[in-house]
Amino acid sequence: MKSIFTLSLFWSTIRLATPLVLAAMGGMFSERSGVINIALEGKMLAGAFTAAAVTYAADAKFGLGMASPWLGLLAGMTAGLFIAAIYAIVCIHYKADQVVTGAAINIMMIGVPGLLSGAFFLSSGSTPQLPKEHLIPWTPIMIAFVLVPVSWHVLYRTPFGLRLRAVGEKPEAADAAGVSVKRIRYSGVLVAGILAGIGGAYLSIGQSSLFTRNMTSGRGFIALAALIFGKWRPFQTMFACLLFGFTEAVSIQMQGAVKLPSGEDIPVQFIQMVPYVLTIVVLAGFIGSSRPPQALGMPYQKEK
Amino acid sequence: MRLLRELLSPLIAVMAAFIVGGILVLLIGDNPIQAYRLLIGSALSWPDGIGYTLFYATPLIFTGLAVLVGFRCGLFNIGAEGQLYVAAFATAWVGITFAHLSAWLLVPMCFLAAILAGGVWGGIPGVLKARFGSHEVINTIMLNFIAIALVSYFTQYHYKIPGDPILQTSPIGPGAHIARLGKFVPGLPERIPLNLAFILALIACLFVYLFLWRTKWGYEIRATGSNPSAAEYGGISIRKQIILAMAVSGALAGMVGINEVLGYRYRYYDGFSSNYGFTGIAVALLGRNHPVGVLLSALLFGMLIRGGIFVDAFTNNVTKDLVDVLQGIVILFVAAEALFRGPFNKFGLLRRSKV
Repeated sequence: MKSIFTLSLFWSTIRLATPLVLAAMGGMFSERSGVINIALEGKMLAGAFTAAAVTYAADAKFGLGMASPWLGLLAGMTAGLFIAAIYAIVCIHYKADQVVTGAAINIMMIGVPGLLSGAFFLSSGSTPQLPKEHLIPWTPIMIAFVLVPVSWHVLYRTPFGLRLRAVGEKPEAADAAGVSVKRIRYSGVLVAGILAGIGGAYLSIGQSSLFTRNMTSGRGFIALAALIFGKWRPFQTMFACLLFGFTEAVSIQMQGAVKLPSGEDIPVQFIQMVPYVLTIVVLAGFIGSSRPPQALGMPYQKEK
Repeated sequence: MRLLRELLSPLIAVMAAFIVGGILVLLIGDNPIQAYRLLIGSALSWPDGIGYTLFYATPLIFTGLAVLVGFRCGLFNIGAEGQLYVAAFATAWVGITFAHLSAWLLVPMCFLAAILAGGVWGGIPGVLKARFGSHEVINTIMLNFIAIALVSYFTQYHYKIPGDPILQTSPIGPGAHIARLGKFVPGLPERIPLNLAFILALIACLFVYLFLWRTKWGYEIRATGSNPSAAEYGGISIRKQIILAMAVSGALAGMVGINEVLGYRYRYYDGFSSNYGFTGIAVALLGRNHPVGVLLSALLFGMLIRGGIFVDAFTNNVTKDLVDVLQGIVILFVAAEALFRGPFNKFGLLRRSKV
């Protein structure tokens, strides 16, 4: 086996971990406030499609040139925010089941980009190719990794973070202390939407140069897995994302099978399984315990 | 009156979804009336429309029932997708490995393989929840990905015909084939893949009804679902019910393998499921978690899948993705039932009956 720990593998790990970090940090703000976020996948898809479509339109239709990917990024964030707003209203205001609503958003977001790209670009689910000089390959990476200490600071060193955690653990107590549970949860979910939107945008206008059908291919769920693996804490979650990014990088670079020093093959499918198996193992408490915020998934009914 | 109440909110959800979908169609520059006429017309023509509608409805009945059994125990099985993949592969494995056996033996063995494999794969998150308290939603999502990778590995490395460019296994023995309904129904050509699994799906609806509402096990599952602490106080082992419900749920999802492998493709074809497991969530919710409701909503979604293909081909801009969008909106509206309770409450139509 040639050494797998090369520089190119390192960069590829960073690149592949970036969308995970962005989505997982978003998921953290939502889940620490007590709202489950299995809709990360759908929000990323919305961000990815919108970013690519807007970048293309800004460039090809309005001739904005270098400004177009920035407009695309902004649009991707807005799309994530928009989906999160729907999610928040249905889950927080109407107190619908969060998991069911998340599943609905994910199913819907498989369809919406396909429907729109069929109409706008006469394609079956992808956007036209973007020119290479109109991509933003570096900014989202920087955003992602700066976000981690910032999230830590917000979560543990600001009044907002204290309230967010309180609402996720003991909403009644937070409410009694005069914190608006609804407002905190709305902000948690909306922040998640914006960050997942950036994560999605990075996939289509950073890592590659177009949106393709279902291009997130489960990254929203891997981000969720990383969040659980990282015990809902910023730095641990980032390391989980790096680990999962690394497994993906290995499975891409090895194309087919990885050779063990003994000459035996490890089929790529087994490497792909690693994040999922680890998550189940951690959640079951085999490697330390991973305890979710206490009020996770429970709509809050204010006492009258 | 009660029946009317039960029917009203799913009907409103479907109508609301069609209206929102219609607005989307309008926005992308097509005529929604024409699109919907095409969608429904092509799904109800005889024999192709109806034949294919029922064929597409078959896996959805199974996955809808699977999600239903979970919900009735207070569990959310998002893992039907993984369970049906594992089961379909197991079915094909038996069909290939014991290909020389006669149909009388082989078909029941394949049925059993589908049910057992699905049941085991569904039982795993049940055990994890009962034993370690880890959330079934996360575990089923993770197990979906593991299942897909696992069967793809076995197909690629062990059961593919060398040189076949398509990721699929070698064919199952002819003894494992089950008959297409065209053989019995005059006017229905046998090229339409609607097969005996559809009849099996109808039987499964009846079975789930009898199981949940007429047996002690079913009663205990429902008791656990509606109030776990009361159930436990009444002497029901919640842990056992969680494992049982997840296993039954997985077994039902696994029966998709019978339709796919024994009645349609006669081999395991990697990635065959077009999100049947996830559509099952919509089917169960829209069917108000009742077997009759599941049957009706599976037929509706079967129609949408069949019709979606035609809308894709015969309109300018609308693609079959419209079906996914409609599905998502339906779940959203059913989940946020409170949305309609506001305006309709005045008439007392949707008021929850007092228990």
